[in-house]
Amino acid sequence: MTGYRLAQGGLVDRDQTVNFRFDGKHYAGLAGDTLASALLANGVKLFGRSFKYHRPRGVFTCGSEEPNALVELRVGAHREPNTRATMAEIFDGLEAASQNRGFSLKYDPLSVNNLLAPFLSAGFYYKTFMWPAGFWEKLYEPIIRRAAGLGRNAGVPDPDVYEKTTEFCDVLVVGGGADGVAAARQAAAQGSRVILCDENAPLAALELPENISLFTRTTVFGVYDGGTYGALERLTDHLPSSNAPRQRLIHIIAQRSVLATGATERPIAFGHNDLPGVMLSSAVDDYITRYGVTPGRNVLLYINNDDAAGLIPTLSDAGVNIAGVVDARPQGSDAVHAAARAASAPVYAGAAIIRAFGALGVKGAKIHLAKGGELTIPCDIIATSGGFNPNLALTSHFDGNPVWDASIAAFVPGKVPPGMSVVGKAAGQGINVNIVPCFHSGYFPGKSFLDQQNDVTVKDVKLAEREGFASVEHVKRYTTLGMATDQGKTANVNAIGVLAETLGRGIGETGTTRYRPPYVPVAIGAFAGAHTGKHFRPARLTPTHGWAEKQGAVFVETGPWLRAQYYPKPGEDWLAAAQREVNAVRNGVGICDVTTLGKIDIQGPDAAKFVECVYTNSWTNLAVGRVRYGLMLREDGMAMDDGTTARLGETHFVMTTTTANAGRVMQQLEFCAQVLWPELDVSLISVTDQWGQIAVAGPRSTAVLAKIVDAPFDLSDEAFPYMACGELSVCGGVPARLFRISFSGERAYELAVPARYAHALAEKLMEAGAEYDIAPYGTEALGIMRIEKGHAAGPELNGQTTAHDLGLHKLLSKKKDFIGRAMAARPALMDPRRPTLVGLRPVNPADIIRAGSHLLPIEAEAIAANDQGHVTSAARSPSLGSIALALLENGPARHGETIRVYDPLRGGDCQAIVTAPVHYDPEGSRLHA
Amino acid sequence: MRITCPHCGTRGVEEFTYTQDAERTRPRDGGAVPTKEWTDYVYLRDNLKGPRREYWYHGAGCHAWLVVERDVSTHEILSVTLP
Amino acid sequence: MRYSAFSVFTQALRGHTGWKPAWRKAEPAPSYDVVIIGGGGGGLATAYYLAKNHPEVGRIAVLEKSWLGGGNIGRNTTIIRSNYMLPGNEPFYEFSMKLWEGLEQDLNYNAMVSQRGIYNIYHSDVQRDAYAKRGNAMILHGAGAQLLDRAQLRKEIPYLNYDNARFPVQGALVQRRGGTARHDAVAWGYARGADQRGVDIIENCEVTAILQENGKVTGVETTRGTIRAGKVAMAVAGASSLLAAKAGLRLPIESHVLQAFVTEGLKPLIDTVITFGAGHFYISQSDKGGLVFGGDIDGYNSYAQRGNLPVVEDVCEGGMALMPMIGRARLLRSWGGVMDMSMDGSPIIDKTPVENLLINAGWCYGGFKATPASGYCFAHLIARGEPHPVAAAYRLERFAEGKVIDEKGVGAQPNLH
Ligand SMILES: Cc1cc2nc3c(=O)[nH]c(=O)nc-3n(C[C@H](O)[C@H](O)[C@H](O)COP(=O)(O)OP(=O)(O)OC[C@H]3O[C@@H](n4cnc5c(N)ncnc54)[C@H](O)[C@@H]3O)c2cc1C
Ligand SMILES: [Zn+2]
Repeated sequence: MTGYRLAQGGLVDRDQTVNFRFDGKHYAGLAGDTLASALLANGVKLFGRSFKYHRPRGVFTCGSEEPNALVELRVGAHREPNTRATMAEIFDGLEAASQNRGFSLKYDPLSVNNLLAPFLSAGFYYKTFMWPAGFWEKLYEPIIRRAAGLGRNAGVPDPDVYEKTTEFCDVLVVGGGADGVAAARQAAAQGSRVILCDENAPLAALELPENISLFTRTTVFGVYDGGTYGALERLTDHLPSSNAPRQRLIHIIAQRSVLATGATERPIAFGHNDLPGVMLSSAVDDYITRYGVTPGRNVLLYINNDDAAGLIPTLSDAGVNIAGVVDARPQGSDAVHAAARAASAPVYAGAAIIRAFGALGVKGAKIHLAKGGELTIPCDIIATSGGFNPNLALTSHFDGNPVWDASIAAFVPGKVPPGMSVVGKAAGQGINVNIVPCFHSGYFPGKSFLDQQNDVTVKDVKLAEREGFASVEHVKRYTTLGMATDQGKTANVNAIGVLAETLGRGIGETGTTRYRPPYVPVAIGAFAGAHTGKHFRPARLTPTHGWAEKQGAVFVETGPWLRAQYYPKPGEDWLAAAQREVNAVRNGVGICDVTTLGKIDIQGPDAAKFVECVYTNSWTNLAVGRVRYGLMLREDGMAMDDGTTARLGETHFVMTTTTANAGRVMQQLEFCAQVLWPELDVSLISVTDQWGQIAVAGPRSTAVLAKIVDAPFDLSDEAFPYMACGELSVCGGVPARLFRISFSGERAYELAVPARYAHALAEKLMEAGAEYDIAPYGTEALGIMRIEKGHAAGPELNGQTTAHDLGLHKLLSKKKDFIGRAMAARPALMDPRRPTLVGLRPVNPADIIRAGSHLLPIEAEAIAANDQGHVTSAARSPSLGSIALALLENGPARHGETIRVYDPLRGGDCQAIVTAPVHYDPEGSRLHA
Repeated sequence: MRITCPHCGTRGVEEFTYTQDAERTRPRDGGAVPTKEWTDYVYLRDNLKGPRREYWYHGAGCHAWLVVERDVSTHEILSVTLP
Repeated sequence: MRYSAFSVFTQALRGHTGWKPAWRKAEPAPSYDVVIIGGGGGGLATAYYLAKNHPEVGRIAVLEKSWLGGGNIGRNTTIIRSNYMLPGNEPFYEFSMKLWEGLEQDLNYNAMVSQRGIYNIYHSDVQRDAYAKRGNAMILHGAGAQLLDRAQLRKEIPYLNYDNARFPVQGALVQRRGGTARHDAVAWGYARGADQRGVDIIENCEVTAILQENGKVTGVETTRGTIRAGKVAMAVAGASSLLAAKAGLRLPIESHVLQAFVTEGLKPLIDTVITFGAGHFYISQSDKGGLVFGGDIDGYNSYAQRGNLPVVEDVCEGGMALMPMIGRARLLRSWGGVMDMSMDGSPIIDKTPVENLLINAGWCYGGFKATPASGYCFAHLIARGEPHPVAAAYRLERFAEGKVIDEKGVGAQPNLH
């Protein structure tokens, strides 16, 4: 035996040495080791410090239930705090560090907390730190925070990539032990497609039939509705850092599932049972049999059941001394006596461990003998077993509560989620043979730990009960028991036992707290997958995006879209560019991609009737070849969206929506067609992506278009006046739709072509308009012009305004039903005192009005009672200077009044004249210029 | 949760949007005035436990509105039909 | 016993054997003047302020169907703020904020009210202006607000995704007085305070029927027997419709599930509250070190206190988009709470059409921050029969009248609020 590595045994590869560092010190392990097994092999016992008292802690388990041996794994941006050393597979070059400690793991200044422990009882912080009032944030809280927490987050972006997949199967088997493999084989033999998941690394090759897909290093962490299971596959956590995906989130869709998750041992608590060297007996067994490592050389057992007796031959076969077997059962059992006799180990039946000794690791234990009297036994490991708890968390992710089975002193699955069955130890089969329940030895007046990671002791549970926190949920919350990274996998049942004893109640009656997903902690990055950075959400690009890029456009996010915001020339800032673009449109001609507006194609014999149902105004009387502005309400009577709709044929309409509401309008229209008015013969489809649409605006727009429309289409004002629409072809045969509508207030058109032609169309239009100095314009110029024209847009159509507020009440037809009609008729929605759309111009032309400012009567005090509205949209018009739209109480009656525009957030406070919303060309003569 | 769309087959809940229960019908009086019937329709809900009929929209699929009968206490889906 | 550092010290010397239960385990009496249904934050705060401010009402009981504080008061993400926009809301939440500021001394219970600030991140000019509108409203109401641009924000919170974001981080609306409080402690502190003022807090007592005679409420039937009452005040959060139905009422409410998440404990990383403006995600760090975060509701009606994976993923995507450093933080626990989502996203504190039955409901995902004012104003209404001025807009009739308080502007579709 070299160090603690046994001469033989274990499933590690003895020919392959792996070099790694822990707290800066170099160690060697073997391929197949976990960090825990490799460090134990090197004689390392101290792994970290506890949460509250900073007490020394070592390895307690050999699996994902580990409460103590948590480390920071890797370095730099890859640093991963709170990693269970028992699950981390080592690789060459691995760096790990202990956490929640002072300068060194051995000498931790915060371990004074241990001396202060009498004052730091459960919930002490609720009773103090209240004086003086302001000191919590300034003094107490920062101190508490610095002391709390465990490992350190790297504080820089996670450099790794994660992925997500979905897998389908007939049967999902969770757990790759003997029971799980048998269940998988059986299902496969019946012809089912099977997925078999196991959370550990593959230890030996398994020959499996083709219809079983095996996922190792894969933890099923949650059960969700409809046979959906969440699983996490650790792809490269056992390898040096690389560019390969680190982990994969798998959505497993399964008709049925079989839980073969086995059982986890629970300890028996005793004094100072948190010392490094106190371990679960099954963990000691696993380290020897799986890794060929003995955690110590002189092991004392403390058990209350026969399952743990198996450790005795394992130890003696491995040549490890057994200091004794403390059996909590009055007579012990035949199995234990026989095994101990064979190993020449003394048995102390009916005895209990009072406490462990040692500073940074176990040196011995004091036991209470059955006949009375005490005995001190030297040892370096205390292997404890209080029985096993079925791993049933997944059975209670729905509404099922585990039930207490007194015959095996364990909670077993109660009602399970639909389609799930539980087999083997997870179902409570074959565990806890001859058990006599024992959750804590009860002889030590000091600290006996239940939750090792959160430093919750038997006394804390009793104190909670004394203070009235007697339901298990209250105990959990008051003491924080079971809330650490291990979720109390080795603590909860013992705590329930202690509580039940204190209350003088049965354990079943006392009940458990709810199990919540995930079964083991899962990295946030894995849930996000590839949806990070720029890929957080897909970006929708307009069909002229590439063209606009070439023109040097600056883009802006508008909902899912990226739109050209402005096209700066050298030396121009956004404002100069936008104002130049406005001037180009107002004086010549400009083009703008407006594809992002929602386009809904509506066809069928009842198309006109249908449009009547969804818009407030009347539509049956719209002539073919004409366009009309429409307003849409929600059923609660508030304005929802607006836009123009064209009648291309007797039974054919094309509706446009705002960019922001395209999806919701489509949804509402489908609801009308399918649910509210199914008798109407009409079909709808969104064609937003099918048609690339470009606005050609400005007095020269007709001249530019004339160059590209194919004969014989007549663009003259007589043939194609304002609000006309038609189907035609352009540029020698490209099918197109033309609408003579205007957002800018100028003579203008919108020309739609199949999206694949839009890029070429933009080029053609630029060519055709070159002689008029045609300019592309972006959303900034668009915004300035719409505010100049007083059109409502997103900030006015904010879902809180009515037709009345927007000055559109004349559009509410009295003759027909439409969505929102009844509710819009409520007096409160038409109350003139409601904030209503107006225009604003600063009294002093040097002042700039900002959107988001509030409106107060001049000379009124700036308090809420005097608040009369707010500025919704503001612009810097090249011709008019600062202008704005606002919602102002009693607005229409106040044109000409001077009002205070108050923007304390940005230091704004000026006066403005209230005007009509239309700032520019109120007569609308430019539409025909 | 997984919903079986009569057009598209069984799909994950993320493809669908729930909007409202399907226990109410829109008053057919043409809605000239805001009657109590209208207020109830727009604002009031039974919102009880157990199986409920609901409108779900298959927005990431065929755009069908579906009437989904679902137990709101257990999330179990009992039936999916077209309105 | 009064709580203080001194009492902790003296108890420590005696092995903590002298502590008394934080509240008595009261047995139900046959009748009370006021019965409050629901032992959550709302119900307990109501009992406390009723007993403290209106002792003339007489005998008071709180009936809780399960263990005290096990509803949403013990499930929420603990954010407190008064950064509302609409006149019906802002005075109320600001009043609540003021009560938070003196709560611990008032209750003699450390609820860990931590005014660590709340940042609402904006990502576009339009959103900035919408936040400016809100921030200016907050200032007009005396709540205080600040608008940071990108450079200022970057100085204060350097770890956001400034350089590679799908939706650029442009700045934030900040309320420095916002923050967090320890949710369980709020419930326990109010319970203890109410108990000390003579309120009977009766756990494991579910109201199964509301008794009426001649159109007036006279008491309740419970799993622990009949209890007569002069007035019955309901504060049952996610179960409001179920209870109201027992009195023959339908409410403008749907019950929805909201999930929340906490990571493993980490050393101090995030010292404030941050909400993402381009997705559904908000986060803070608890005193224990866990990152506490949440996002959108699951979106469908539910009485099951659990949600599904798509929302978990959506929330984590938002988190990674905003602060990519949290990728390696592990999500430790997720849970769900059932909330009353009202038709305008705002609460109801009102009498009902049934005489002597009062309602406190519709808190959506924001009733924790309201707890003090919710209790204070409900107590006022119960005792005086008149709404407290800051809660005067929270009437049931507002829906019929069209005087909704719809901060988000999404109308009568609760899952969008
Ligand atoms: C995940 C989540 C996160 C949240 N985050 C925040 C946040 O960050 N900030 C914020 O301000 N708000 C937040 N909220 C909202 C907030 O928690 C709730 O609005 C608020 O707690 C509701 O009031 P309450 O405390 O009285 O409710 P609850 O604590 O739910 O109290 C209602 C009580 O009534 C009881 N009850 C029900 N029916 C009966 C009956 N028939 N008889 C007797 N008793 C009954 C219940 O058992 C329950 O204890 C969040 C909510 C959730 C679910
Ligand atoms: Zn479909």
